[in-house]
Amino acid sequence: MASASIPVYNSSNNPLENSSSHNASRESLKMEPLADCSLLPGEERIIDKDIIYICPFSGALKGKVFITNYRLYFKSADADPAVTLDVPLGAIGRVEKMGGASSRGENSYGLDITCKDMRNLRFALKQEGHSRRDIFDILFKYAFPLSHGLLLFAYLSQEKFEENGWSVYKPMEEFRRQGLPNDKWRVTFINANYELCDTYPTILVVPFKATEEDLRKVCTFRSRGRIPVLSWIHRENQAVICRCSQPLVGMSGKRNKDDERYLDLIREANGTAKLTIYDARPSVNAVANKATGGGYEGDDAYQNAELVFLDIHNIHVMRESLKKLKDIVYPNVEESHWLSSLESTHWLEHIKLVISGAIQVADKISGGNSVVVHCSDGWDRTAQLTSLAMLMLDSHYRTLRGFQVLLEKEWIGFGHKFANRIGHGDKNHADQDRSPIFVQFIDCVWQMTKQFPTAFEFNERLLVTILDHLFSCRFGTFLFNCERARDTNELRSKTVSLWSLVNFSPPSRSLQELRSKTVSLWSLVNFSPPSRSLQELRSKTVSLWSLVNSDLSFYQNPFYTPESNRVLYPVASMRHLELWVTYYIRWNPRIRQQQQSPVEQRYIELLALRDEYLKKLEELQLSDSSPNSSHLSNSSTPNAASPTQHITHLHTPF
Amino acid sequence: MFDGRVLLKQVILLFWPLISTWVQGAEKIDSCQLQVLEMLSSLGSAGGKSAKPSFVSYVTPEEIKSEKEPSRKEKHPDLLPGEVVFCSASTVLKYTQDDLSQRGVFGVLLCTNFRVSFVSDEEPTEEMVRTLFKNKLYGENDIPLSCVDNIYGDKRKLITGGLVKNKYPSKMIIHCKDLRVFQFSLSFSKEEDAKKIFQGIVHHCLEPKSLRCLFAFSYCENTSPNRKCVGGLFTKLLRKKQTVMFDSVEDWTQDMKRTKGNCRVVSENSNFELSPKLPQYFIVPKNVSDEDLTKYQGKGLPMWCWSHHSGCALFKTASIPLVQEDNVCCRMLTAVAHNHLYSVKTEDLSDTLPTVQDILLSYNKFKQFFLIDNTTEFWMSDMKWFSSLDNCGWLDIIRQCLQKAVEVVESLEKENTNVLIMEEGGSDLCCVVSSLVQLMLDPYYRTLLGFQSLVQKEWVAGGHAFLDRSNHLHLKDKVESQSPVFLLFLECVWQLQQQHGPAFQFSETYLTVLSDSVHVPVFTTFLFNNDGHRDSLLRAESPHTQRSPLNCPTVWDWSVQFDCKAQDLFTNPLYTEKPKQDTSVRKSYRPRHLRQLSLPSSAFKTPPKKGFFKDEADNLKKILGVKRLSRWMLSPSSDSPQTSSSVREFYEAWQTKPLDYHGLLLPCLDGPSIRVWMQRYLRWIHDVQILGGGPVAMLSKVSEILGEVQELQRQLDRHGCTLTSNHKGARPRAKTAAAVIAARSSVRLSSSFPFVTSRNWAFKPAIPTSLLQSLMVTGMPGNLADREDDGGPESLV
Repeated sequence: MASASIPVYNSSNNPLENSSSHNASRESLKMEPLADCSLLPGEERIIDKDIIYICPFSGALKGKVFITNYRLYFKSADADPAVTLDVPLGAIGRVEKMGGASSRGENSYGLDITCKDMRNLRFALKQEGHSRRDIFDILFKYAFPLSHGLLLFAYLSQEKFEENGWSVYKPMEEFRRQGLPNDKWRVTFINANYELCDTYPTILVVPFKATEEDLRKVCTFRSRGRIPVLSWIHRENQAVICRCSQPLVGMSGKRNKDDERYLDLIREANGTAKLTIYDARPSVNAVANKATGGGYEGDDAYQNAELVFLDIHNIHVMRESLKKLKDIVYPNVEESHWLSSLESTHWLEHIKLVISGAIQVADKISGGNSVVVHCSDGWDRTAQLTSLAMLMLDSHYRTLRGFQVLLEKEWIGFGHKFANRIGHGDKNHADQDRSPIFVQFIDCVWQMTKQFPTAFEFNERLLVTILDHLFSCRFGTFLFNCERARDTNELRSKTVSLWSLVNFSPPSRSLQELRSKTVSLWSLVNFSPPSRSLQELRSKTVSLWSLVNSDLSFYQNPFYTPESNRVLYPVASMRHLELWVTYYIRWNPRIRQQQQSPVEQRYIELLALRDEYLKKLEELQLSDSSPNSSHLSNSSTPNAASPTQHITHLHTPF
Repeated sequence: MFDGRVLLKQVILLFWPLISTWVQGAEKIDSCQLQVLEMLSSLGSAGGKSAKPSFVSYVTPEEIKSEKEPSRKEKHPDLLPGEVVFCSASTVLKYTQDDLSQRGVFGVLLCTNFRVSFVSDEEPTEEMVRTLFKNKLYGENDIPLSCVDNIYGDKRKLITGGLVKNKYPSKMIIHCKDLRVFQFSLSFSKEEDAKKIFQGIVHHCLEPKSLRCLFAFSYCENTSPNRKCVGGLFTKLLRKKQTVMFDSVEDWTQDMKRTKGNCRVVSENSNFELSPKLPQYFIVPKNVSDEDLTKYQGKGLPMWCWSHHSGCALFKTASIPLVQEDNVCCRMLTAVAHNHLYSVKTEDLSDTLPTVQDILLSYNKFKQFFLIDNTTEFWMSDMKWFSSLDNCGWLDIIRQCLQKAVEVVESLEKENTNVLIMEEGGSDLCCVVSSLVQLMLDPYYRTLLGFQSLVQKEWVAGGHAFLDRSNHLHLKDKVESQSPVFLLFLECVWQLQQQHGPAFQFSETYLTVLSDSVHVPVFTTFLFNNDGHRDSLLRAESPHTQRSPLNCPTVWDWSVQFDCKAQDLFTNPLYTEKPKQDTSVRKSYRPRHLRQLSLPSSAFKTPPKKGFFKDEADNLKKILGVKRLSRWMLSPSSDSPQTSSSVREFYEAWQTKPLDYHGLLLPCLDGPSIRVWMQRYLRWIHDVQILGGGPVAMLSKVSEILGEVQELQRQLDRHGCTLTSNHKGARPRAKTAAAVIAARSSVRLSSSFPFVTSRNWAFKPAIPTSLLQSLMVTGMPGNLADREDDGGPESLV
C-alpha cells in the first residue's frame, strides 16, 4: 500500500492542484491525524499509537497507526509525500511479534503482519515498556474476531445503500432467462430445507424425467450428496452444463444404476449421442481418490459417456503457487531472470490449464453436446470451469449485472467454501483449507478481459474491488461456505451485499467525489482501495454488491460493445497469458499503474469532444435552420453513447 | 524452338548475374535472346502499372494437363517492372496448416529475380482480393528473395547452398525473415520441374551473389520514380513536409539549428575525399581543426548527434585503436568538452553492451519460438515459454540497450554534461543508443517524419552497414558480420511505444512494416553500407552514366508498398499534437535558466559515480596524460549494480513528476515491463490469434470515434465556427479515416490485424495439446499434488 500517492495521481491534468491539496492535508494532519480517514458507519476507533512503519519502498517512516474494528490505518508524519496505509483487518492473515525486548539493531522490535492481498507490513516500536503488547493484542483480537468470539465487521456495519444488492440474483429469474423450466428440464424444491445436500442451493434444475426418488438415490452415490444439476443451457441447441461432485466408486469399483441412468437422462435431454464428463483433476489424482472412496465414471459403467481429465491441480498446489508468486513480486520484483522466476511459480501455467479446460467445455456445448463437470467435491475447480465456460458462452454474464449473477450463482450459491478458503476472521493462518481458488478465477476473468477488451461491460476496477472485498469482511457477499450457513446466520438480513455498493447510482454522490473519480479513481483503487471506500462512505452506507452497484460508471468499460450471440474463445497459450501486474504488484510504486488508461483516457476525451461538437452543431443548426440540418443530425445520432449520456441513463432505476 | 526455350531457361538460371548487362550490350540477337529482350523491354516500358507479360510460354507442353490448359496461362503473379521469372513448377502443394495435417492447396511455384512466389490453382476468393492491407510489391504467398531466412528439406534438414546436386527433397520448408513459414510438397510435380525449382530457389536465395543482382537495380531501371497516390491522411502528412534525408549541408545545419547546437558542419567530404567511410556531411565540435579532419581519414572524429537545450550535446565516434598514441584521442575529447562547460563523459559501448555477434546469436534463438511449422511442437514448447524466452536473452539485450540510453539521458538531462559514446566502427550500438536517447529526449523524433529523419540521420547517413548486417548477398566472408542491429533498435522503440502509447505519432503496425521492409531489396535505404558505398554503386549502375545516379525509391516512399488507405494504419490514433504555446515557453526561458544552474553542478557538485561513465569534467587536464588513457578508455563493467540503481533513482524521480507525452520519456525496465512484440512475432501463428480481440479491438474504436470527431469538425468548419481544438492536425482528412473504419468494421478483426484479416476461420478454438505432463509439482512439502482438497478419507460421506 505504501502509496507514494503523488505519482499515481499523475495522470490527472492538474498536478499543481494535487500537490497543493496534498500540502493542505499535511498541515491538517498535525492537528487532526485521522481527519482524512472518515469511519464507516458502525466502525469504531480502538487504539492509536505512534509507530514506525518500515516501508519496503521508502524505508522507515515515523507516524501514527489507528486501529478500528474494521481497519488498520497508518499515516506518516514526516515523509513527503505522506505515506498512508489503509488495510481492512480482514485482509490480515497473520500477526507476529518481531524481535524481543533485548533485540539489537534499529527497528528490530515490533510487529510483522502478513496480508492476504499480496503484501506484508512491518512496524517497529520503542523497545521500552512492552510498548507493543496492547497493539498486538488488539490487532490479534480484531483481525481474527471469530477466534475471539466476536462478530465479523459485516455484522457491525451500519452502511446503507439505495439498492439492496441481495436482490441482484434471484435463482428463478435467472433460470427463466435461460428459458427454464422446459419440457426436458424441471425446477425442483427438494433441497428447500437443505435435506438432499447441505452445500447446495435450495432451487435446483434437474432432468424432467428424473423423479425426486431418483435424485435421492443418486445423492447417495455422489460425494457430499452433490448430484449433477443444471448450471446453464444453450438456447439453440439445448446442450447443458451440469455440475456435481465425484462418484463414490471406491477401490472396489462400485457401480450405481441410478447414477448411470441419471447421467443418461442428461444426455438424452437434447439427443446428444455421447455425454462428455469433464473431470477437472489430473487422472492420477482421480485414480488416487478411489482409495478414499471417490473416483471417476468408468467406461464400462457409463457407456454413453466419454470421460476427459483436465489436469487441473488441487487447492494445495494453487496455494503454494501463489505463495511463490508473492515471493518474487513482493516487496521487490525479482530482477534477474524475471521470466524464469515467474515460470517457476507455475501460477500462469495453472491459469492456462483452467482456461483451456473451460474452452473445451464451451466448445463442446457450442457443438451441441451436453457436458457434466466435476472435480472431487465440485466446489473449487468445478466452479472455475463452469463459470468461465458460461462467461465464454453467454454474453449476459459479461455485463456488469450479469457477472454479479454469475458469481452469486456458480460460486456463492453452489457452495464454494469461501469461509474456509479465505479464512475470514480466523487466526489459523496455516489452515490447509485455505487456497486462492477464487483469486485464480478472477485472474482468469482478467485474462479474458485483456484478450477481449471490448467484450466485457465491466472493467479491471471491478475485479480488483471484488478481490479487495473478498477479504475485507465489510460486506456479507463472500462470507460463509454455503447457503445453509448463510441462512442460519441471517446473513442477508444482517449484512450488506457488495453489489449494493457497485450498483448504487451516483446522483447522491457529491460533486467532489465525482471529480475525484474521474480524475484519479483508478489510482485510488490500485493503491489504497479502502481509502477510496472511505471517500464514498461520506455519502453512502451497506452488501458487497451494494458497493459495486453504487458506482456503475466507475466500473464500466468504455469500450464495451455488446455482441449478444458471440462465443468468446480466449487463447490459452503462455504467449498471451500475462501476470496481472496491476493486482499482484500494485503495492510497488515503481510499477506504473496507468498501463491501460491512456487509451481509455483518449477515448473518453474524444467522446466528450464529439458531444461538444454535436451540441455546437445543433445550436448552429437551430440558429441557421438550414434545410440540410436534419440530415446532419441524423448522421450523428446513431453513435450516442457518451459517458455523460451513460450516467443519465443510469439514473433511472433498473 | 522448344530446345531454345529450355536453353534460355538454363541460361537465365545459371547466368542471371550477367544477364542484365549482357542484354544491354547485346549485339547479336538470336531467337532466344530476342525473347528475353522482349520480355524485359515490355516490362520496362510498362512504367508504373505492372504489366502482365505473355512469356509463360516456356512451360513445356507436357507439364500442362490438358483440361487445365486455359486457366494455366494466368498462373503467375503480377510481375513488377524489371522482374523476370527464372523457373517454375506446377502442381506444387502448399500446406495450409502444419505438417501433421496434409491439407493444402495446389498451385505453381515460381522463382523470379525478386521473389519466390506461389500461385494457387484456386480462384482467389473475393475476400482475399479486397484485403485492406495489401503490399503492392509482394503478396501473402510471395517471399522476396532476401526475405528467405532458411530452407529446410525432408526431415527438417537445413539446406545450405552448394550441397545440392541432383537431389531434391519431397518437401521444402521456407522460413522467412518476417517470420512467415511456408511448406511446399514437391512430390506431385514432375521430377524435372521439382528439381529445377528447388535448385533455383536454393541458388537464388542462399548462394552468394553480387550486389548488382539485387532486384532494386533492375526494378529501378524500369520504373519512373514518381508514382504518388493522391489523398490519404498518411501521404498528406508525409507530403506536407518531407523526411529529412541528411544528404545535404542544409539538412544538417537545419537540424543543428533546431536543437540550438553550436558545432561545425563539415562539407569537406562531399565527394568522399576525406574518407569513403565517413558520411558525406556531418557535424563535429567547433574545436576540431581542418588538420584533425584530414589526418586520420576521420577515424576517432566525434560526430555530433544531438544537442540538449542546456547546451551539452551527444557525440558518437568509432573508437581508435590505442596504438595511435599521439593523443588524437585527447584532442578530440577536449574538443567535445569544449562544446559545453568543459565537461565530458565517455562511454565505450563495446565494453558494456552485447557485441553484434551476441545480438545475432540471441536473436537466432529467439526467432525460433515463432517459426512454427508444427502445431504440436508449438504447444509442447508453450509450457516452457517464459524460461525459453529468458534463456535466449533477447529481451535482456533490449533492456540493456534501453538502460544504456537512460544513462546517457541522465547525463544530458540531469548533469548537463557532454557525452561521447564510442564503439569499434561506431555505427552499430552507437546508432541504437544515440537514436534511443534522442527519442526519449526530443518529442520531434516521435513524430512520423521526425522518426524517419532520425533513422536517416543516425543510421543511413550515420553509416550503419545495412548490407553487411543483413547479408543480403550471402557472402561467405560476411556471415560473421550479419546481425539484426536495426531490428534491435526497432524493438527498443516498440518497448517505448508500448509503455507510452500517446507519445508516438506512428503506430505499432508502422514499426512492424518497417522491420519487414529491411528484407525487401527495393529500397536504397537498406542496401548499402554507407554513403560512399551508396553513391558509388548508384552512379555506376545508372543508365545515364556521368549524369545522375540511379533513382531508386527509399523506404520512406511508402506508396511503393501500400496504397493510401493502408498507409493510414501507420498513424497512431492516441497521438495528439502538442499545443502550440508550450513550445514558446520552453524556448524562451528554460534553456538559459538551466544553463546557469548547471554551471556549478556539472563541474563540482555531481557525485562521482562509479558507473560506466567517468566524470572527467573537473580534472580533464590530468586525464590528457597518455598514461591514464587506457584506463579511461576501458571503463570497467563490474560495477553495473550501482549504475542500475542510479538509473532507477533517475527513473523514479522522473516518475513522480506528471507525465508529459511531449517531454522526456523514460522506459520502465522492470521485468514485467519489457515484453515481446506480439504483433510482429505472433501475427502468422494461427493458433494464438485472438479472433475479435487483442489491443486492436480498442484502438479501432478510438480511430472510429476520431473519425467521427474529425467529420464533425469539418461540418462545423463549414458553418464557419471557430474551434479551440487540439485536433487540427488531421482535420480536413476525415474522409479517408472514416473510409478505413468502414472497411474495417465489416471485417472481424483479430489480434493479428492488419497482417491477417478475415479468413476462413475455423470456429474451433485452439485447445492446447500436451498439457499437464510437463508440469511437475514435485519437491513440495508432503507432496501436495497428491493430497485431497478437503480432508482425508474420514471426511468423505
